Amino acid sequence: MSSIKNEMKLEFLSKSSNESFARIAVAAFASQLDPTIEEIADIKTAVSEAVTNSIIHGYSDTDGIVKVIARLTDDEIEIEISDTGIGIENIEEAKAPLFTTKSNLERSGMGFTIMENFMDNLKVESISGLGTKITMKKKIKSHERINSKYIEIK
Amino acid sequence: MNVKHFVEDKLLVIEITEDLDHHATEKIRRRADYEIQRFMPKRVIFDFNRVVFMDSAGVGLIIGRYKTACCYGGTLEMVNVSPKLKRIFEMAGLLKIIPIVDSYKEVV
Repeated sequence: MSSIKNEMKLEFLSKSSNESFARIAVAAFASQLDPTIEEIADIKTAVSEAVTNSIIHGYSDTDGIVKVIARLTDDEIEIEISDTGIGIENIEEAKAPLFTTKSNLERSGMGFTIMENFMDNLKVESISGLGTKITMKKKIKSHERINSKYIEIK
Repeated sequence: MNVKHFVEDKLLVIEITEDLDHHATEKIRRRADYEIQRFMPKRVIFDFNRVVFMDSAGVGLIIGRYKTACCYGGTLEMVNVSPKLKRIFEMAGLLKIIPIVDSYKEVV
């Protein structure tokens, strides 16, 4: 395990207009690891899914605080997105593709599937009535490549 | 969002001009449904040429408009879908029911 090189924390109200703010902020922070355009796009999509979940499922229509923490190691980003909303009763069911409790809002039920596919590692912790915490990790491969190129040139 | 209606072809082209997340889709779906109900087109085509970012909310938006278009006797297609967007549509199994076409100008 490499040690943490940098860390940031964001807290914002559960307004849908903050979805773009959160993903752009995390993407800007992640850019320190020199990721590829694809890696940045994957991170933005996964963050958008998790933050949207907190806003529409965690807090429904009420105001709450969504917390985003991002940590960088040499070649990996870890993102923690948490809320103190209603929580998820059955995590396995929630993670199943196309499962949604908000079909009236035209949710596709693809959020967790996208997070799982776009990141290397996804952990969902939730206590009904207390909130949900999503932890996602992604290796930034371009960094390795650039390092090895640098060594070759030397 | 821009709307182009081709009367003779009964074709409605809906061009999305912003990032597609949950926040944006709430407005877009109301406007898109209104336009579909107003023109009752035979074909509805969503143009993604200007969409840089999309998450699963885009999938919900398209499935919803597919239902609206069907209600009014039309079909739904998509054009200018980038590989990034296509990956998400594929993951949701959307491409089995809603085709991606190369261009809508040829058929006009």
